[in-house]
Amino acid sequence: MPADQTPGQPAPHGAHAASLDATATGAAPRLLARAALRDVPWEVGVAKPDPAIVVDGVTRTFGGLTAVSVDHLEVQRGGITGLIGPNGAGKTTLFNLLTGFDQPNTGTWSFDGRPLGKLAPHQVARLGVIRTFQLTKALSRLTVLQNMLLGAQGQKGESFLRALVPGTWRAQERANTEKAMDLLTRFKLDRKKDDFAGTLSGGQRKLLEMARALMSDPKVVMLDEPMAGVNPALTQSLLGHVKDLREQGMTVVFVEHDMDVVRDISDWVVVMAAGKVIAEGPPESISQNQAVVDAYLGAHHDAPLTVEEEDRVLAEAEAAIAREENAEGDVIGSDTRREEDR
Amino acid sequence: MGELIDALAVALKAGLGFQAVFLALLAIGINVQFGYTGLLNFGQIAFAMLGGYGIAISVSQWGLPFWVGVVVGLLAAVVLALLLGLPTLRLRADYLAIATIAAAEGLRLLFRSVSATPVTAGTRGLSGFNADFVALAPWDTSRQYPILGTRWSGAELWVTTVGWVLVALSCLLIWLLVRSPWGRVVKSIREDEDAVRSLGKNVYVYKMQALVLGGVLGALGGMIYALGTASANPDQYQNANTFLAYAALILGGAARVLGPVVGAMLMFFIIQFADTGLRTLIGNGVIPEDLLSATDVAQIRFVLIGLGLMLLLVFRPQGIFGDRREVMLDAR
Repeated sequence: MPADQTPGQPAPHGAHAASLDATATGAAPRLLARAALRDVPWEVGVAKPDPAIVVDGVTRTFGGLTAVSVDHLEVQRGGITGLIGPNGAGKTTLFNLLTGFDQPNTGTWSFDGRPLGKLAPHQVARLGVIRTFQLTKALSRLTVLQNMLLGAQGQKGESFLRALVPGTWRAQERANTEKAMDLLTRFKLDRKKDDFAGTLSGGQRKLLEMARALMSDPKVVMLDEPMAGVNPALTQSLLGHVKDLREQGMTVVFVEHDMDVVRDISDWVVVMAAGKVIAEGPPESISQNQAVVDAYLGAHHDAPLTVEEEDRVLAEAEAAIAREENAEGDVIGSDTRREEDR
Repeated sequence: MGELIDALAVALKAGLGFQAVFLALLAIGINVQFGYTGLLNFGQIAFAMLGGYGIAISVSQWGLPFWVGVVVGLLAAVVLALLLGLPTLRLRADYLAIATIAAAEGLRLLFRSVSATPVTAGTRGLSGFNADFVALAPWDTSRQYPILGTRWSGAELWVTTVGWVLVALSCLLIWLLVRSPWGRVVKSIREDEDAVRSLGKNVYVYKMQALVLGGVLGALGGMIYALGTASANPDQYQNANTFLAYAALILGGAARVLGPVVGAMLMFFIIQFADTGLRTLIGNGVIPEDLLSATDVAQIRFVLIGLGLMLLLVFRPQGIFGDRREVMLDAR
């Protein structure tokens, strides 16, 4: 059920827009995307003022299952767009389609007005749309620095014949190394530069993957669950880096399950369920959307438990456990006693 | 004691001979494909056979000059690599493995078949095609030369010399390649193709380049072997050689420039030393005839090689030159 048919949909203007202004003060570039999206109605398939990516009628079926069926979707340039939805909603499949890793059954999609259909993954990447993966793909038996250098585009030394003449690529390699070290310093991985990427922790691999994507100076960064399996301290640092991407004018699309993260960083949220886009809007609008609540979030989706509630729930749980243990303890106790008697 | 030194000298000759060159070139090719790029080529011997027969057929059957034969052999290897790679390199790694192993066996059977006899001379094989090559030698090839306690014929010495020069040049080529950004891309493909695709590299082209380069090196190995034995027979090119080359590569250390070379030398040295050594020990009664007869030695030496490889994998999985940290990393 599309969100625009939901009765009681709050008006997109007025009070909400004012609150957006309040949250957005301080960070000027961040304001751009938010301000641009302020007057956009909260409707599925709504046109954005300055779309970087436009998706039209894309469907992908696996046998009888329709994994993705998106009628129309636009992604605002220079903003952070969060893509959420329950497991199996088709988020990663949509990512794969957009980046050429999978081909759809029907539909067209374009980046900067340039159609991306029928392009191979490396061609999409060369246009400036770089993705990361849900399961981090650090290249284990290459060092961290080599991982980074791989991300640089247009390397002369990557052609077979020129590789044999180091003079043709030395200078470029030096420049790339400098850039890689800058990025590694920013991501606090510079001390690890000569370690094999396979020795990094899960969170460090996520950082490395993001830094590696930045080596290519992308226009669009697509992050597939950048926070999955990362400890809370590192999550904060990763969040900061994602916001930095926006500050530098990149368009960010990311898939995430953690609603706090989504609320914190996204300018716009797209909700998918069963392959369809069921709602769109700023993060504040999503939790009020009945379609989303029904499809995904459940009753206690957004409010963290208060201390009193938590105590009450804990006490109830403990009481229940204690009751069970007592009951079981009696039974087991009498059983063993009987066995000992024999 | 003198007999032991003799056995060592014979083994040393084997470790330096053209058979070792043959195996080294096969293994260098496999190192490019498997060691660096992660391609499973289980039919490297097919490339060697095309190399050897390229010269043999061109010179003996078609009456072409020797150098044309070399070009024909190399081109044939390139074509085979393209034919094998085009349909399989877009697929998972195992498809290439199946296609290559089938091609190696299929080509050998084709070359020895009756219908191919007018061209390949079937199981009789071809010979008499290396006169032009031997004539290039700067020394008298009809003489015998004593080197390190063994005798080498002039022609054998020439083939071997050219062979080791080829090995050295190949190693130089590989060394230049793997320390360049090209080498970084192929090593990354070995680790994770999709990651490399997502960074804007055309993985298919790199895999094809690696497959062709490895195949050409295999063809050079086959040429050295054909010139060394002065004959080309389909049954010289059994696919067991491919796996012997894999063993040599792992012994020396995969993804190391000198790994396959040292591995191949050592392999032949050990096989020959086990052979001569065991025969000597049986001959002078140290090993009783009831326990091991001289006829069993040919089999037993491979058992010893197998045992040695098992111990190697347990205690030194990275091979002689490999980096243990690298091998011990989970490959994903």
